[in-house]
Amino acid sequence: MIVWTAIGTVAVLGFALKGVGPALLGGRELAPRTRSLLAQLAPALLAGFVVVAVAGRDWAAVDGTVLGGLAVALGLRLGRAPLPVALVGAVVATALLRVVTG
Amino acid sequence: MLVSVPRMDTQLPDRGEAMPRDRFHAGLRAGAGLAAAAFLMAISFGAISQARGWGSVAPVVCSLVVFSGSAQFALAGTLGAGGGVVAAVVAAALVNVRYVPMGIAVARDLRGGPLRRAVEGQAVVDGSWAAAHLGGGRFDRAFLFGATAVQWPAWVAGTALGVVVAPDPSLVHRLGLDVLTPGLFLILLLDEVRRDRAGRLPAALGGAVAGALLFVLPTGPALIGAAAAALLALRTTREAVR
Repeated sequence: MIVWTAIGTVAVLGFALKGVGPALLGGRELAPRTRSLLAQLAPALLAGFVVVAVAGRDWAAVDGTVLGGLAVALGLRLGRAPLPVALVGAVVATALLRVVTG
Repeated sequence: MLVSVPRMDTQLPDRGEAMPRDRFHAGLRAGAGLAAAAFLMAISFGAISQARGWGSVAPVVCSLVVFSGSAQFALAGTLGAGGGVVAAVVAAALVNVRYVPMGIAVARDLRGGPLRRAVEGQAVVDGSWAAAHLGGGRFDRAFLFGATAVQWPAWVAGTALGVVVAPDPSLVHRLGLDVLTPGLFLILLLDEVRRDRAGRLPAALGGAVAGALLFVLPTGPALIGAAAAALLALRTTREAVR
């Protein structure tokens, strides 16, 4: 019962959090300053996603093998590799580094 | 499986002028790569939640109605640690708070009245949102729908497989699959700043702010801090222009 209550509540909250912006602001013509701000939002949040996914709370999740895998993904993408290839490269590099470093 | 997915191209110059159906299909193709990553992560969620006594049905329903990997892992982790319903819900909600600024950003590119836009806003998930960004704060609505339409069933199916097969959670770590999430965001970020050089300053500030906040806040609020860094970047840019 605890699990179902938690799932139901998180689902409703999730719907509200995703829906509130579009519901309240979608029909309005935004001011130029707001539009400029929104243009900056994507790169700022994406960088935040990367840092949060790599570091975790208190930076306790930092893992050298993950950083190695990310470096490989970055190199492959800079070399114009398609996204799936870059991701597979990151996975393989991370797994190999873990084998090597034990 | 990953290699067979068509190339994800988030930089189509004429994407905004293509027919909605074509843009939806382009979103499906882009979403296939995201879905492959989501599928693998979902196996991990299914296995972990089942191992923590959720049973077979609850993890799948959770993926169906919540559809947010980070929130679901926060939920399972907090409940598994004996944190109780309130703590678990708060943890998951904090992780999902980032959807507020993301929803605001995409709002003017959705259609219909408030209720329909709120429903359309459910298509906002991290990878789709980033991939559908056209630059300049505009989003490709049909592309967003396509990218999410392929990820949702993949997320649910992966969860079901994880529940049934219940692989050892350490297997994900040994196979290096935990690099998929940061790897995906890193590549999307790279594409974003290569497409528009103006994105470099907000990216640097967003990463720095999120990194600093992680010492004192959970990941969800830290991401809100990253979003707030966009404001700082805007201010810095304007002062530089003056």
